[in-house]
Amino acid sequence: MKNEYVGKSVRRERILNKVTGVQRYVCDRKLSGMLYAKLYRSEYGCADIIDIDVKEALKSYGVVDVITADDIEKPIPRFGSVVNDQPILAENNVKYYGEPIAAVVAASDYSAKQAIKKIKVSYKENKAVTTIDAALAPDAPVVNSDYLAAKREGLNKNVYDEYDYGWGDVDSARKNADFTVKNKYSFPMVYHFSLENYGCVAAPEDDGLVIWTPIQHPFIMRRVIADSFGIPQSKIKVVAEEIGGGFGGKGYPKLEPIAAYLALRLKRPVKLDLSFNEGFCSARRLANSTTVETGFDKEGKIVFQNIRADYLIGAYAAEGPRIAAKAGYTACGAYNAENSRIKVRVINSNTSPSTAFRGFGMPQLVWAVERNLDEASRIMNFDRLELRRKNIPDKGKELIPNDNPADGDWKYALDKAAEKIGFNSPKAPFQGKGIAIGIKNPIPASMSMSIVRLLSDGSVIVNVGTTEMGQGARTAMKQIAAEILNIPIDMVSIRMGDTSTAPFDQSTAGSRSTLSMGNAVVDACNDINNQLRRYAAEFYNLGNDTVRLEDGYIVLHNDRISYKDFLKEYFGLNQADIIGKGQFRGKKSRKVKLGGTSDFWEFIVTAVDLTVDKKTGAIKFNKIVNVTDAGKIINPLQAEGQELGGTVMALGHTLTEQMLYDEHGRLLNADPLNYCIFTCNDVPKDIESYFIENKDGAGPFGSKGIGEGSVLALSAAVGNAIEDATGISFKELPITKEKLFFKLKEVD
Amino acid sequence: MDGKKEITITVNSKDYTAEVEQDKPLAAFLRDDLGLLGTRTACEVGECGVCTVLINGKAYNSCIVLAAELDGCNITTIEGLAKDGKLDPVQQAFVELDAVQCGYCTPGMIMAAKGLLNENPNPTDDEIKHALAGNFCRCTGYNNIIKAVKKAAKM
Repeated sequence: MKNEYVGKSVRRERILNKVTGVQRYVCDRKLSGMLYAKLYRSEYGCADIIDIDVKEALKSYGVVDVITADDIEKPIPRFGSVVNDQPILAENNVKYYGEPIAAVVAASDYSAKQAIKKIKVSYKENKAVTTIDAALAPDAPVVNSDYLAAKREGLNKNVYDEYDYGWGDVDSARKNADFTVKNKYSFPMVYHFSLENYGCVAAPEDDGLVIWTPIQHPFIMRRVIADSFGIPQSKIKVVAEEIGGGFGGKGYPKLEPIAAYLALRLKRPVKLDLSFNEGFCSARRLANSTTVETGFDKEGKIVFQNIRADYLIGAYAAEGPRIAAKAGYTACGAYNAENSRIKVRVINSNTSPSTAFRGFGMPQLVWAVERNLDEASRIMNFDRLELRRKNIPDKGKELIPNDNPADGDWKYALDKAAEKIGFNSPKAPFQGKGIAIGIKNPIPASMSMSIVRLLSDGSVIVNVGTTEMGQGARTAMKQIAAEILNIPIDMVSIRMGDTSTAPFDQSTAGSRSTLSMGNAVVDACNDINNQLRRYAAEFYNLGNDTVRLEDGYIVLHNDRISYKDFLKEYFGLNQADIIGKGQFRGKKSRKVKLGGTSDFWEFIVTAVDLTVDKKTGAIKFNKIVNVTDAGKIINPLQAEGQELGGTVMALGHTLTEQMLYDEHGRLLNADPLNYCIFTCNDVPKDIESYFIENKDGAGPFGSKGIGEGSVLALSAAVGNAIEDATGISFKELPITKEKLFFKLKEVD
Repeated sequence: MDGKKEITITVNSKDYTAEVEQDKPLAAFLRDDLGLLGTRTACEVGECGVCTVLINGKAYNSCIVLAAELDGCNITTIEGLAKDGKLDPVQQAFVELDAVQCGYCTPGMIMAAKGLLNENPNPTDDEIKHALAGNFCRCTGYNNIIKAVKKAAKM
């Protein structure tokens, strides 16, 4: 096959729309008769609702209705991607700061905003629990007494659930270990901070509902809305609009259930746009505290890993438990410990609902495991690189029992990162180098399907449930389809994320789309190619194997006929489409606790060279290097863009970002400036990406997934480099300039 | 609403005489009254830069400037940059360097860059970083944006 598009930096789809302001997002959507909703949100982390006074709001100009839990038929509809536990409006009490209490619906956005200010709520404040330690205290108030663990015997009432993984015999291994290194690390709550606010439009249609929303997983949205309101899935259409930044934050239902309820109740389209600050009360990454105990023999081989990972979720489950359960499975990182014990706890708190965030629970664990490895190398007086190299499995060797083995040359990736950062070259005073390895797997045993249509003029429509949020899936799917169908790429159109037209897709998450949906598109395109060959053979009375396809032409001996001309002849004036169906199914396995084997391992080595200003604690990054085992890159420019963006995002998580709560459970920095993401002014110049392309992935053309990798190991690499530069060992994130300043003073 | 005011305003080289509410931000005027949806909002308090437009050639956050105060002003939005189907050099450079991912911050970022280049046609890296520091982007990591502005300056 001629390689025209795959592996080339084909121009990003819709980029011309994006630079000219033509691109539309959900905030631009207007429907005739549309109403505007706003939410009144709790001012406390934990309180009983004594009274809600909506009289003035109801009288406010333009208001159509004001709804509280009292107005909703009982039991109140509840939603959630794991369990339906979150009420669409708070009933009797509030469990986190910013929990929706009332909804105003008005004829204009302005009127809704004015009316919301006229609602008055009186509360009886209760003690809010906002940290892991506070939630686990023996006398801690129970955050959510309605669900699961609170009803289970023997568990702390704030432990939502527990998950155990492990193999071998840790206790025996510990007795025989020559070195054991144990430390506790923590990772704060961080916010996605996409620039497009959360928002949606819900509208009644026939006997069902349409929801336009920037959602990464439209099919999960469809299921949750159907479950919450008892409507068949077939009557719900979710249209994932172009997403203005997702990062996991736009994965799961948040505001859509209340918008859907209002639209169904009022029988009119309802638009619900959240403010930027409301976003902080809607989604965040799980905070984490992890104790890692790693045992080694004299040669530096890891003989056991004993890991206790506590994840802090919000008052309701949201996606939190699934994240903790999945990440815990790969808690040992990129090392094949012979013996391991992994215990994961999911802990409720009076904080914003927790959800997926780029890396799905793994950045927290990689931070802990990779920092602990550096601590170990110091105690054992063992080279940091060598310690890692010794414990990474060779390609084809086991990483986790019963799962797919290592699928790349990971030691080569480690060496390459070390070489590119000059790991062993001489350093100036207060210069430090750090290296860390990130690993994760996509959702096991998942499903992606695609329908590809070849129209009678030779043009093609690729229908996928994948969504576009800037990661480049739209471009990648187009490249893959054009390549397999052997046609000019401009003949391919991509339709994404509409549950009424696209076949099922699990989700746009976990760096899975290129591999999973990519394979489905390949499958569908091959189906078309096979049909074309068959029809041509039938039409020209030839054997199937004598018909070749080339550059959009059917080749018969010495004759070439374009698809367009052939289809015109074959179908005649009335035309018809050729429809290709494709699917990808991840492999199920009962032997793997997550229910299936890992389609690929997302493997990255991040290396950092930095200099600490002894006087101020400021960090100057001399260079950051990422080496990713990618299999095959579909679009180099976009792949580099993913890694660059992820690296800078992770720099924020490492050095500046964290959500802060006060003693009333109120979020203190839910605004763009005080939350402190990296700006243009903060970004280091030298950030390099290298992709190892051995075409050994299970995706199209030997690809594996990328996109989350760059946020997995950066924090640990920076922490390791700071320790290398200053001797100061940070175990908590973020490592702010102030913290570093005061630590440097202490040491001085 | 505290009454209306009549203003004469030029937007993307077109003159308008409009009755605007006294408390209406320029961003809302552009979006709601003129249908120029390329100017988007996010924080609505002048902190994120998403809504950046040019007022008399200088970059401003249009969410915190009142339209009623812009009588006689010349506004350029993202829709006003490309001329005769030809992209502005900043737009062209953003495309060539793939300085765009989700695209939500892109119009504001491009307008901030235009404002800089109007004042300083040959900015250094530090001058670019300083000028764009008020424009958040969560996708790209900024470096391709900085390179694109630098490239546009040479085009």
